[in-house]
Amino acid sequence: MPAHLKILALVGFMLVVVATPREWFAAYAFFLAALVAVGAVGRVRPGWVLKRMLVETPFVVFAVLMPFIAHGPRVEVLGLSLSESGLLSAWGLLAKGTLGVIAGLLLAATTTPQELVHGLERLRLPQQLVQIMAFMVRYLEVVTDEMRRMAVARASRGFVARNPLHWPVLARSVGALFIRSFERGERVHLAMVSRGYTGRMPR
Amino acid sequence: MTTPVLDVRGLAFAYPDGHQALFGVDLHVHRGERVALLGPNGAGKTTLVLHLNGIHLAGAGSVAVSGLPVTKANIKEIRRRVGIVFQDPDDQLFMGTVREDVAFGPANLGLRGSALDAKVTEALAKVGMEEFADRPPHHLSFGQRRRVAVATVLAMDPEILVLDEPSSNLEPASRRELADILRDLDVTVLMVTHDLPYALELCDRSVILDGGIVAAEGRTVDVLSNADLMRAHRLELPFGFDPVAAAATL
Repeated sequence: MPAHLKILALVGFMLVVVATPREWFAAYAFFLAALVAVGAVGRVRPGWVLKRMLVETPFVVFAVLMPFIAHGPRVEVLGLSLSESGLLSAWGLLAKGTLGVIAGLLLAATTTPQELVHGLERLRLPQQLVQIMAFMVRYLEVVTDEMRRMAVARASRGFVARNPLHWPVLARSVGALFIRSFERGERVHLAMVSRGYTGRMPR
Repeated sequence: MTTPVLDVRGLAFAYPDGHQALFGVDLHVHRGERVALLGPNGAGKTTLVLHLNGIHLAGAGSVAVSGLPVTKANIKEIRRRVGIVFQDPDDQLFMGTVREDVAFGPANLGLRGSALDAKVTEALAKVGMEEFADRPPHHLSFGQRRRVAVATVLAMDPEILVLDEPSSNLEPASRRELADILRDLDVTVLMVTHDLPYALELCDRSVILDGGIVAAEGRTVDVLSNADLMRAHRLELPFGFDPVAAAATL
């Protein structure tokens, strides 16, 4: 399936999920079933998705806290006094968040970053944004690699970041990385201009 | 005498901060020639290269490519005629896939559709990288990336290929593969390099740039075997390398 349709489907799905009242429990079961079906069709390994769902952890923590701190009528669950509206909010946050994360991961699992960028381009996202994203995708690995090499070089000279006294060293490393990336940007621009770039990507 | 592909006359240039890098360079490269540009670091080699496609414009003197002067008005055609392969392929390959990257130059020249595809395939075939067309550049080995970088420029049908340190950071096998590719290309080459055996292997003629002027030029084997000349310009052959014996095996 073309990437731009997948992106549209994801956005549409999210809007529907967010707009669904949280009391319609059956609807959420249906949403989840739909995602499982999509995952099965796209041959996405469940383990792959589960591992990456860890990004949701902060929301889960917040959702778990809600029943304890919210006001209003309270109910007894397992000997704990919990807020009824808090429980419902927690459920809503958790369900919507989880569905969103799964849907996003499914998109990520079935689409390469390049396809995503092209999809966004076809959806008429402004050229500048698309170009910035494309360059980010392209150079992410180059820059992380550079960062890793700097870390290895630091470590090889006996540096261990153990306490805040060491932070200035890290800050200088980040600064050096920024300058290197900036200079690389200039060289890339030079290479682009040398091949006839005039500020717009050819299409 | 035919019009040289590259005709640099009395070229002088100073950077905006006042640092003068070139003091009157004369350089001619004729069609089909492969010429090595040698010289110590800071001699002005990179500055000279950036004049060839109009990134820098001459402070004094002139640069012409196949008779067309390098001026602001001609810049588009000049950049088609002069293909520069930069030293770090990660600077040159900035698109998501090899195919898009090779297409970038010709697309900027207005090529579209099947003509563009054919041009991309042809350029990749010249460097033996057709089967990698749909891979992202950062998944290729360094040697492969260097070859793709050459293809990105070949796709523009340049009249002269300018290579900045083509053999740097290459393992010996990749270095030789690149040499084979360059030798088989039917294109004029100007090669900036510190790799003197590479210059001898690929280029009949060498030019030494030092202190912002052409200090010497001649057949590569003569330049490399002139010990006094070499020492005067901080050029050194690898240990045990004999240019005359090596040239005899070419």
